[in-house]
Amino acid sequence: MPTVRFTQNIQRHIGCPTREVAGGTIRDVLDNYFDVHEKARGYVMDDQGRLRQHMAIFVNGAQISDRDTLSDPVSPDAIVDLVQALSGG
Amino acid sequence: MSTRFHVATRKGLFTLERGGTGWSITRASFLGDNCTLVMHDPRYGELIAALNHRHFGVKMHRSRDGGATWNEIATPKYPEKPADYVPKNPVEGKPADWSLKLVWSLTPGGAEEPRVLWCGTLPGGLFKSEDGGESWSLNRRLWDDPLREQWFGGGADHPGIHSICVDPRNPNHVTLGVSCGGVWSTRDGGLTWRVTGHGMRAEYMPPERQFEPNVQDLHIVAQCRANPDVLWVQHHNGIFRSTDAAQSWTEIKDVKPSAFGFAVAVHPQDPDLAWFVPAVKDEKRYAADGRVIVNRTRDGGRTFDSLTAGLPQAHAYDLVFRHALDIDESGDRLAFGSTTG
Repeated sequence: MPTVRFTQNIQRHIGCPTREVAGGTIRDVLDNYFDVHEKARGYVMDDQGRLRQHMAIFVNGAQISDRDTLSDPVSPDAIVDLVQALSGG
Repeated sequence: MSTRFHVATRKGLFTLERGGTGWSITRASFLGDNCTLVMHDPRYGELIAALNHRHFGVKMHRSRDGGATWNEIATPKYPEKPADYVPKNPVEGKPADWSLKLVWSLTPGGAEEPRVLWCGTLPGGLFKSEDGGESWSLNRRLWDDPLREQWFGGGADHPGIHSICVDPRNPNHVTLGVSCGGVWSTRDGGLTWRVTGHGMRAEYMPPERQFEPNVQDLHIVAQCRANPDVLWVQHHNGIFRSTDAAQSWTEIKDVKPSAFGFAVAVHPQDPDLAWFVPAVKDEKRYAADGRVIVNRTRDGGRTFDSLTAGLPQAHAYDLVFRHALDIDESGDRLAFGSTTG
């Protein structure tokens, strides 16, 4: 199963432990993660279920391209990193 | 008279108290986080703080012990935009994003509806909670009004509701200030809404549209508690006053040194007594003449006098934004905070 890791910066707001989560797309993986950690959803996704403007997701080091529907594929051995986008200087 | 302030800043929420040696900071909460708004609920003494984490979005927290401890509560959430939604007449052809950008106003409901809270937001949604902030619902009557789609941002990129005035005589009578979208009011608790900015003038619009109620850029609305039919507005290009519950507005002219600014406070018992903090003009946003003054009228806007004692009078370029001038329930304690801190 893909491994999901969160930036350390989010941890002071909401606990987001590293977990292995099933799913073939970013959407599936995150939905499964947030099913267990529901409060974290609003820190990463906006009202319409899109990736927040100043967040970024990498799969095996490559940034995803579909920030709105999160359709990027995820292989079973992938590492998914959720980090803050560099913004604000 | 109040001896405690709660001050929301980009660096956190600060509580100041007046002791034997004057005012001092007695508590700092959310240090380092952008606290965009704080509301004190006089019905319970609760505090609600709105935070805007740039990366993680807008969040709200509540304290029931004066700020010693906080718990995160629900944040207003826009509903999923229907797949077949087509805006009828979006201004500039750009429909609003159905996504919370900022909590811009928080107001307790009436004394007889103890858990009701109202919340105004960017991009223009009005939310209501009936359980003290545990959950919120978007007022669809206002959101679905075709005129709402005509709202546009003033200084911000999105339109927003910055003022919510709940009539102390009747909590179903609520008056909103919108930038840019004029004055809106309901008398049935939000089932029907009407734009009521008649008499306001928007000099930034083409001449034939300057008096349209729905294009007015209000900066803030203040309602007199003892006489709620009297409301004051600091507007983008002037000061306006209503004495008929926002049905019509009269411009207060020839205000020196400037009628431009963001903030107004009205005395809770005296509707003719109001305070402003003038700035130069919309394209030059600093204290008029480099002097920080508070303009006061005691006669409903016929005359003003400038209060300067204790305020910087040379090379002062502070700006006082809309929610940063406030008065306590006694009417004796007035406070403001500026952009320079």
